[in-house]
Amino acid sequence: MRRLWIGCTVVVFTLLLIIPVVRIAMGAWNEGWSGFAGGMTRPETGHALFMTGLIVVIVTLINTVFGVMLSLYLVRATWLGRKLKQLLNSIVDLPFAVSPVIGGLMIVLLLGPDTAIGALLGRAGVDIVYALPGMVIATLFVTFPLIVREVMPVLQEIGSSQEEAAATLGASAWTTFWRVTWPSIRWSVVYGVVLTVARAMGEFGAVLVVSGNIINKTQTATTLVYQDVENFNLTAANAVALVLAAGSVALLLFMEWAKSRKEVH
Amino acid sequence: MHNRWWSWGFRSAVMLYFVLLIVFPICGIYGQSLSAGWAAFFDNISEPLAWNAVLLTVKLAVFATIINILVGTMSAWVLIRYRFPGRRLLNSLVDLPFALPTAVAGLMVLLLLGPRSFVGELAERLGFTILFHEPAIVIAMVFVTFPFVIRAVQPLLEEMDASEEEAAYTLGATKAKTFWRVVLPNMLPGILSGAMLAFSRALAEFGAVVLVAGNIPGKTLIASVYIFGEIESDNVGGATAVSVLLLTLSLLILWSVNYVQMRRKGV
Repeated sequence: MRRLWIGCTVVVFTLLLIIPVVRIAMGAWNEGWSGFAGGMTRPETGHALFMTGLIVVIVTLINTVFGVMLSLYLVRATWLGRKLKQLLNSIVDLPFAVSPVIGGLMIVLLLGPDTAIGALLGRAGVDIVYALPGMVIATLFVTFPLIVREVMPVLQEIGSSQEEAAATLGASAWTTFWRVTWPSIRWSVVYGVVLTVARAMGEFGAVLVVSGNIINKTQTATTLVYQDVENFNLTAANAVALVLAAGSVALLLFMEWAKSRKEVH
Repeated sequence: MHNRWWSWGFRSAVMLYFVLLIVFPICGIYGQSLSAGWAAFFDNISEPLAWNAVLLTVKLAVFATIINILVGTMSAWVLIRYRFPGRRLLNSLVDLPFALPTAVAGLMVLLLLGPRSFVGELAERLGFTILFHEPAIVIAMVFVTFPFVIRAVQPLLEEMDASEEEAAYTLGATKAKTFWRVVLPNMLPGILSGAMLAFSRALAEFGAVVLVAGNIPGKTLIASVYIFGEIESDNVGGATAVSVLLLTLSLLILWSVNYVQMRRKGV
């Protein structure tokens, strides 16, 4: 019995997770080193990877700051009513329920060149949709809950008595946060950041709608993979996908490490 | 005094960010779908292709969720209860679909099931095709939602009191009976909430599916790809109407998951 179950699980994991990753790696080397290098050295590949990196950095910075602060407020703030907190708390999860395509559509509808805000900003020379700002906003939307969901349970678990003690002893809010709260939430924040990086790197639907997928301008690594597949340029698609997959595996390893740190605090 | 201004500023900034980024766009899409009046809205959602797309998505997401419930429960059980070489590796691999870009996941399915691949040829010889047909969509959905059930069931199995099972054995229950009467009821809340999350994710999936579905209207065109197509062809009305339909469905699921979890914490 026991053998059978273990065997089944190993087979499922091999078929569903291991073989696909190996296949991508093999696909990239289909035409040998030159095929992989050819896919990687195109100017659009460099630009797409640069765009992805840029978006990841901006989104992670903004969402880390706002995510940690929002979790603090949702758990600790006395100026928010209990009912209001519950409502806000359930709203945080909304991006999980929204299809990325719909997320992108929302931004096009609200900030596109035909809307009041979009037209106003357009006249001021700032393009939102089909440009970097829109792609950043789309990714911000999609990754927003990740950090909040990691940090909030830890804040609830550690309670507020230590923070109150620090405040009673005369520490400022700032000092209390850095000396008392931060050390205990640190690893959950790191874990949330890793999830955010992974999601921002891999975001596809929302970015595809918002960016218009303009080559060498608003194309990211994932939308480049999509375009290569549509153009039947599978070797090049594999090369870029392999880079992305390597990034995800590295993040996964880091995540395991962060998880073990999180458990010991 | 200085301090109070700072904290007031922080509070408003965070709340404003939250409302502008999350609440405002979602209200915007509901508003936009009704901006041309109810008649236009009903016109757009009664479009047969749109209905077809939504129903197909729900059907395939149900299949994917059922597969995930079976495979996920088994994997969670094996990973927690048994010790075998490679267990840790498998356990960390579970999160791979979350870490991997969905477009890459789609490409993987495409490569593995394509007509020139081993599986594709085998299926061809048996007289059916996988790629660009429904099975490929289900496989893509299963891959993307794979971690949900496992990650929801694992903590419950870990927390479970061994004494309950021991009591069942002592009272003479067989292994199978103990599983059905004692272990499974304990896992059930996790299975349910994991399955609902997987279902809502499968409904929303775009990246992995768009590459493998073939996107033939009325046959393999799922809702999110339909929305994308409407956006591309500048039919905002059709796109928002189906978005509202899909969004409402996912919101209902999300809130029932929250409700179930809250009730569990309550008692």
